[in-house]
Amino acid sequence: MDMISIPVVNMTPILPEIVLSVLAMALLLINVFAPGGQKSFLAYISFIGIIVAAVLVGTGWGNHIESFSGSVVLDNFATFFKVTFLVAAGLAVLISDQYMEREGCNHGELYPLILFTVVGMMLMASGTDLMTIFLGLEVMSVSLYVLAGFNRANRKSNEAGLKYFLLGSFSTGFLLYGMALIYGATGTTRLYKIAVIVGQMTLPSANIMLVAGMLLMMTGFAFKIAAAPFHMWTPDVYEGAPTPMTAFMSAGPKAAGFAALLRLFLVALPTLQVEWSQVLWVLAVLTMTVGNITALRQDNIKRILAYSSIAHAGYALVGFAAGNGTGTSGILFYMLSYAFMNIGAFAIVILVAKKGETNGNVMDFAGLGFKRPVLAVVMTIFLFSLAGVPPAAGFIGKFYLFAGAVQKGYIWLAVIGVLNSAASAYYYLRIMVYMYMKEPTEEFEWVHVTAPVALALIIAVAGTVIPGIVPSFILQYAQMAVKLL
Amino acid sequence: MENLNSYLIMSAILFAIGTIGVLTRKNVIVIFMCVEMMLNAANLSFVAFSRHLGNMDGQIFVFFIMTVAAAEAAVGLALIIAFYNNKESIDVDDVSIMKW
Repeated sequence: MDMISIPVVNMTPILPEIVLSVLAMALLLINVFAPGGQKSFLAYISFIGIIVAAVLVGTGWGNHIESFSGSVVLDNFATFFKVTFLVAAGLAVLISDQYMEREGCNHGELYPLILFTVVGMMLMASGTDLMTIFLGLEVMSVSLYVLAGFNRANRKSNEAGLKYFLLGSFSTGFLLYGMALIYGATGTTRLYKIAVIVGQMTLPSANIMLVAGMLLMMTGFAFKIAAAPFHMWTPDVYEGAPTPMTAFMSAGPKAAGFAALLRLFLVALPTLQVEWSQVLWVLAVLTMTVGNITALRQDNIKRILAYSSIAHAGYALVGFAAGNGTGTSGILFYMLSYAFMNIGAFAIVILVAKKGETNGNVMDFAGLGFKRPVLAVVMTIFLFSLAGVPPAAGFIGKFYLFAGAVQKGYIWLAVIGVLNSAASAYYYLRIMVYMYMKEPTEEFEWVHVTAPVALALIIAVAGTVIPGIVPSFILQYAQMAVKLL
Repeated sequence: MENLNSYLIMSAILFAIGTIGVLTRKNVIVIFMCVEMMLNAANLSFVAFSRHLGNMDGQIFVFFIMTVAAAEAAVGLALIIAFYNNKESIDVDDVSIMKW
């Protein structure tokens, strides 16, 4: 009788994912038996789990291990992005507790869901098969739908969850149809095999099925990274979702979308680079411009940051359109520093807001600089970084993204990017004007900083300032990460 | 397989019906059904290609898609119920507190 041979599977590449999923499932159980409605300790356990996962991820640096017959890979590219996701998740966990207690949410399930989201994002970054990328994307998205609608009693949160769910699953349809066409055109779902088969085609750009599949997949991912014209859900979802989850959503899933897109296009479809960089050129210009112009006339600070996050996706797309080493390593650097600065800015928004998510307009920041000078300075650092003012990390990131475009000969793209960046200074500075140049109307006596939020702010400030002053340290890792792609 | 094209045309028609449905319908449940139709259009393509190419990858993919669609349905219907509890409506025109 023939024995069925069981393949030896190397679990090393997905060890952090296993740790996080087991922890998340355990937390779901612990949550049920939690004594006396105490939920805050779940946040601390999750934070420790995230640190453990980060250490495990860190030890994988420099490896190149393929596993599950080539559908998952552990390489520097995946490792760099996994660190980014863990940073976003760690900061989100730290700022969640205080917010959820204030809003009176039962937040026990929040932390397991964040961990599941991270697992999905990690699979997206390390997936080298259309199936793994799709499964990672869906693990991430389904958890995020719940997180967006987490505050069940709040109508805005209901709406955010519902809108995100409808448009997210709509975009999944496009993505899947694109994957089906690519599979039909190449006969495989493995990215490396797709690259070989497309490379052998005499004229891949004339293969309608392949090009249509590529464009449909790009549409699906453009939804996830909130690129115009597929950005319509972003401001509503970001405004309605609980603020810590907005912070998380703007940093983590956006980075995950870029991770999957980069791997997909640079590994599987490099022969079509001329075609896809033209499309990305247009997407980048649209996304930057729409994001920045619309942000100018917003008053709600969560909406301003939502439109700003659209604009930031546009800057990252500039580097992607360039598609060279400078541009793509710029994306990696930018996504990491964006996680620090954006979640930091949202943390301040959480502190200044009152119960029921009121007090979230720019005007409500009037005089914060006099009443709460430290918080205002911290917010100023994040806003400067978002606007791309020199010593901050945001400037270095943008510099490399635009430098990549210039190297590639896309001078106009870089010029439009810089002009956009200048326009964006208006709405970031407007918040600062209110903080420092308007008379305070309130005493801000309800603003108190708990220890986890303080820790999150310290980490975020460090992550915003240090890479700006000594960029080479992180940048060399980003360059190593894209080198072997 | 001779008639790969007819399966692909069928799948494209299903996908188009689904897309148009999502864009034009007002009832959240109907929109959700249209999304499911789009996913199943992709499933049909996968299975047809898989038979045509003679490899199983596409059919395995379909299993995953069906599983994911079930998980999505669970979460989606829960979100619709949460919305209905607060608003007594499942019309997308009522999903309108936030507008720019």
